[in-house]
Amino acid sequence: MSEEIVFIISAVIVLVGALGVVLSRNPVHSALFLIQTLMGVALLFLIEDAHFLAAVQVVVYAGAIVILFLFVIMLLGVDKAEELGIDPIGGQRELALVVGASIAALTIVTVGWSVDGATGSAPASAENALDNGLTDIERIGRVLFTDYAFGFEITAALLTIAVIGAVVLTRSIRREDVLADLEPASLELPSLAPAGANDEDTPHDGDSGNSGAEVSSEGNRES
Amino acid sequence: MSDYLRSYLTVGIFGLVGVALVGVFLGLGRILRPDHPNLAKNEAYESGVEPTGDMWSQANIRYYVFALLFVMFDVEAVFIFPWAARLEAYEVFGLIEMAIFIFILLLGLIYAWRKGVLKWV
Amino acid sequence: MILGLDPLYVGDFMGDLLVTLLKVVVAFVFLLISVMLMVWFERKLISDMQNRIGPSIAGPWGILQTLADGIKLFFKEDLVPDNADRFAFKLAPYLSLVPAFLVFAVVPLGGDFNGDDGDGVVTMFGHDTFLQVADPPMGILFFLAMSSIAIYGVMLAGWGSGSKYPLLGSVRASAQMVSYEAALGLAIAAVVLQTGSLSTHDMVLDQAAPGFSLGAFGIPNWNIIVTGFVPFVVFLIAGTAELNRPPFDLVEAEQELVGGFHTEYSSIRFALFFLAEFMNTITMSAVIVTLFLGGPAGPALFLPEGWWIGTVWFFLKLFIFLFMFVWFRATLPRFRYDQLMDLGWKLLIPLSLAWFIMLAGLRVGDSENWSTTKTYAFVLGFMAFCGLMATLLTAAINTARSERIKAMEDANG
Repeated sequence: MSEEIVFIISAVIVLVGALGVVLSRNPVHSALFLIQTLMGVALLFLIEDAHFLAAVQVVVYAGAIVILFLFVIMLLGVDKAEELGIDPIGGQRELALVVGASIAALTIVTVGWSVDGATGSAPASAENALDNGLTDIERIGRVLFTDYAFGFEITAALLTIAVIGAVVLTRSIRREDVLADLEPASLELPSLAPAGANDEDTPHDGDSGNSGAEVSSEGNRES
Repeated sequence: MSDYLRSYLTVGIFGLVGVALVGVFLGLGRILRPDHPNLAKNEAYESGVEPTGDMWSQANIRYYVFALLFVMFDVEAVFIFPWAARLEAYEVFGLIEMAIFIFILLLGLIYAWRKGVLKWV
Repeated sequence: MILGLDPLYVGDFMGDLLVTLLKVVVAFVFLLISVMLMVWFERKLISDMQNRIGPSIAGPWGILQTLADGIKLFFKEDLVPDNADRFAFKLAPYLSLVPAFLVFAVVPLGGDFNGDDGDGVVTMFGHDTFLQVADPPMGILFFLAMSSIAIYGVMLAGWGSGSKYPLLGSVRASAQMVSYEAALGLAIAAVVLQTGSLSTHDMVLDQAAPGFSLGAFGIPNWNIIVTGFVPFVVFLIAGTAELNRPPFDLVEAEQELVGGFHTEYSSIRFALFFLAEFMNTITMSAVIVTLFLGGPAGPALFLPEGWWIGTVWFFLKLFIFLFMFVWFRATLPRFRYDQLMDLGWKLLIPLSLAWFIMLAGLRVGDSENWSTTKTYAFVLGFMAFCGLMATLLTAAINTARSERIKAMEDANG
């Protein structure tokens, strides 16, 4: 009985959050609703006694991935609301409608008509019963570090590749940036007088403004 | 209701008390405080001069790399926990496995380090 | 060791609900009062360290100063900037305070852990229970989860204000918190290694077990000693950075950012951020005590037995860290942002990872019955490997830097 209550509460949290993600006009609000949805999913995990998974859901998804999203949103420097009238790729919305409808139909068919519930797994028997006296952490660890050891190592490689990709993309902006920053400081400052003569060609205020604009426009082009 | 779920119920009650605390404080403040807004008060604070330019300026891309590195190490920590809790069960094989895992991830950090992305000029 | 389930949750429900509510109320009141005292304590201690008098008017020794400040803030006008994103602006105080509050739920506050049958269980109105609000099986992950949620409070406060200083402050703050959260998690992993459980109660129980004895003195089995100090130091540094407390308070470096992420907040909303900051200090100290200093499990001295002994020990240890945080603030100058990032990524994370692997190796060796020679060989070999890697890395970075400078000099003639 009480599990049903918790299920209904978390289902409402998940669905309201999901609708909020789609319907908010502001990307930051969308990200906030996404956190709500992820928290709701964590609650659903708790009902299934998957404590570790619930914690991971909050620590990794709500705690790290959405933070990454927010950094990206802030990186793009969004204004308060996004203009939804413009469709950058034609026919996208119609396509989304079709794909969405078919996925929904598929889900309904799978959940409604499959014999052994949504996952289609075999009914619990003595040896594949989940509750074989181990805690959920032990169960996850046992599978992860023996049967799926290779997948586990590949995860590390995947994460490393993601970081390397980000570093490469960031570097292409930074190289000119660093050169522009370092040159006068490290090489020309000691002999200030001859370098200063060069500077006087342009007025000081305009100079700093121009170079700033250059860097930022370059940054935009690269990203 | 499972026995563990009840310990989360306690956490939930505690959380609701926390939310209620904030709510009561804000509500009490709303009743007690004066409210005389004017244009100058509601301007963004920029050391007393009129605010200029766009308020939502772009953040530096360096922050993004740090956030991504954080995701990497957060996922790593999450994988480490179930292993650390029962490492005797996985014996030396598990130790080598985890050492390789950590080493691969450290390569990512070292790459970023070597490329000077971690350097905050 | 099996997961210790709070005996309160076995059996009938309604009677236990009363005990649960009682625990919630006690923890709540305790937390609020201790925050109030902590604010006063910090101001008073700092003024003592700086040879000033400090708060002295409100109440004896100015002890009611916080209350006076709080009441004053209720009567202040609350301004919401026109530019602000009102939703985020109003949500941020909740996201700051509630996680700080919730972490306290998993901290063991007392109970008798000494002696043969010391399992921290106390009896309240005929119900056996632990002296902590709740003991979920993944307790310490709950702490990690809450500290990552707290980042949103800072982020949203800065972004939602629609103003430049808060935005800069919040981006800085969230990058800083994110960086040190990684180190925090890795330091906790070393403790989990020793305890074999994520539950905070089990951690205390494990540390209450008798350690090895040195002559007449028994060395307590505290994690600060068994994990070899390094995870403790990493956790302490990362924890201070996570709290945005000095010397890591760049977030509100008033010379640069006015007030940081809460520049635009006023009245009671500002007070909530202030409250959250001090609540975080207290809960972080409590978590350090739980993880590394045995929590309520004190060394068995010639003290009378009883459930309250644990609570006394807990407060004594808590006080050490509260004092330490204030001491840091009075002593240490603020870090520069690049130093801060360097410390987190280039020192704390590699160090804690290497230490973790070494501890894990020792532990596996222990269970596999490695000979002493083999153990020493492992430790020395691993240290040599780490040293080699560090040397190679330093050399590579230095070469890269000198090449860059050389290329630049060539380009400039």
